[in-house]
Amino acid sequence: MVNIWQRLDQAGRNLAPGAVTVMLALVGMIPLYLPGWERITPGLALMGVYYWAIHRPDLLRPSTAFAIGLLQDLLSGEIPGLHSLTYVVTHGIVMSQRSFFLASSFLLLWWGFALIVFGAAAVHWASYCLLTWHLLPVDAVLVQAALTLTLFPPFAWLFIRVHRAFLVNPSR
Amino acid sequence: MKARPDRPMVRISTIKALLQRFSFVLFVFLSIALMVFGRVEPFMVDAVRARVSDAFAPILNAMSRPAATVARFLESINTMIELHTENNRLRVENAKLLQWQQAALRLEAENRSLRSLLEFQPGPTASFVSARVIANPGGSFVNAFLVTAGQRHGVRKGQAAIAGPGMVGRVVEVGDWSARILLVTDINTRIPVVIESSRQRAILAGDNSELPQLIYLPPEAAVHPRDRIVTSGHGGMFPPGLPIGEVMSVTDRGIKVQPLVDLGRVEHVQIVDFSLPAGVIYDMAEHADLP
Repeated sequence: MVNIWQRLDQAGRNLAPGAVTVMLALVGMIPLYLPGWERITPGLALMGVYYWAIHRPDLLRPSTAFAIGLLQDLLSGEIPGLHSLTYVVTHGIVMSQRSFFLASSFLLLWWGFALIVFGAAAVHWASYCLLTWHLLPVDAVLVQAALTLTLFPPFAWLFIRVHRAFLVNPSR
Repeated sequence: MKARPDRPMVRISTIKALLQRFSFVLFVFLSIALMVFGRVEPFMVDAVRARVSDAFAPILNAMSRPAATVARFLESINTMIELHTENNRLRVENAKLLQWQQAALRLEAENRSLRSLLEFQPGPTASFVSARVIANPGGSFVNAFLVTAGQRHGVRKGQAAIAGPGMVGRVVEVGDWSARILLVTDINTRIPVVIESSRQRAILAGDNSELPQLIYLPPEAAVHPRDRIVTSGHGGMFPPGLPIGEVMSVTDRGIKVQPLVDLGRVEHVQIVDFSLPAGVIYDMAEHADLP
């Protein structure tokens, strides 16, 4: 009996990375009634995918990253598959350099995230230019990327709190 | 004999490792396939979107409430501070509006009597569905709202959405109790419009910037800053005369239009149900012989 409860508890805890990332994807869509905000909403879910791919890739797999991206695409009215691609590729890049990220300081982590954010922005911009066959303005997407990068530390702190609260076993 | 029970385990772990190695490639391909599929089968994707939006509308609705409350609170502090100047401005505006009201009443009476002379066939009337904006999820490339009204409330694809002084966009996708509104600033928006003073027809086209453009104007057309842009009603989707914006600048690179509504602050929209009755062409033909 205890065993089942323990397992249920562990299963619930293991959902935390995915759940937090989905929540961030939804939070990013809430209208904040700030002038111009809707054009530069930061990519909060990308932070989640980046953090959890480094620290618990066993709990946020490529399939989860894909599903979260797809959900975001469907809800936001963007090209279906674009965010999925971004998140899966982010996951893949991070996984290939995971030992480096795990060993490095927070500043290096931030620097790595900068590369990911601006890479993702470039991919999105290029996709929409191809799709609409127009040279679209880059100002909004650059500000969006910069804002995402700036907001990374507080959200990383949040992830660390969640990580410690749910996923670190105190008895160990 | 001892090795035998291990074999299935070995096989499973090998498959697992292979799967993990290929899951990255698999999901990358799946994403790209989806992007292509979305281009080929946009209607199917829209149907799925509508289902997903329906499922998440209650969550987004609940989540958007606190933000709206905070925004309203800040707004109320702002109004308190500017109460005195605002009051004076409103007094002046009220006096001006009362004059306009007189003019409007006189014109309405005149209009009525002229219409009775001509046996004018009035256009179809519009009805409204009000809805709350629960998400503006698009980011830099898609300018859209998700709102809390859908098919069950009479919302249909293509209808116009207005907020306060003017039109904000049109419905592009409808679920059972949620709908997506593509804003006038989105790059996929094309709205048939007229310039109110000169009755010059044009198309209002979004370009993902904050100011949509007027296109397909003849080169000799006279356009000036502060000219009002209203829907023309051509195409039958929108009622004619819905105000959208004002001409902001006229340059060689295009004519920019400033939307009347501050799209970042829209909390509620009204969706205009305006459908041409089936018999309108027949009616017009019937009355064609009238003077």
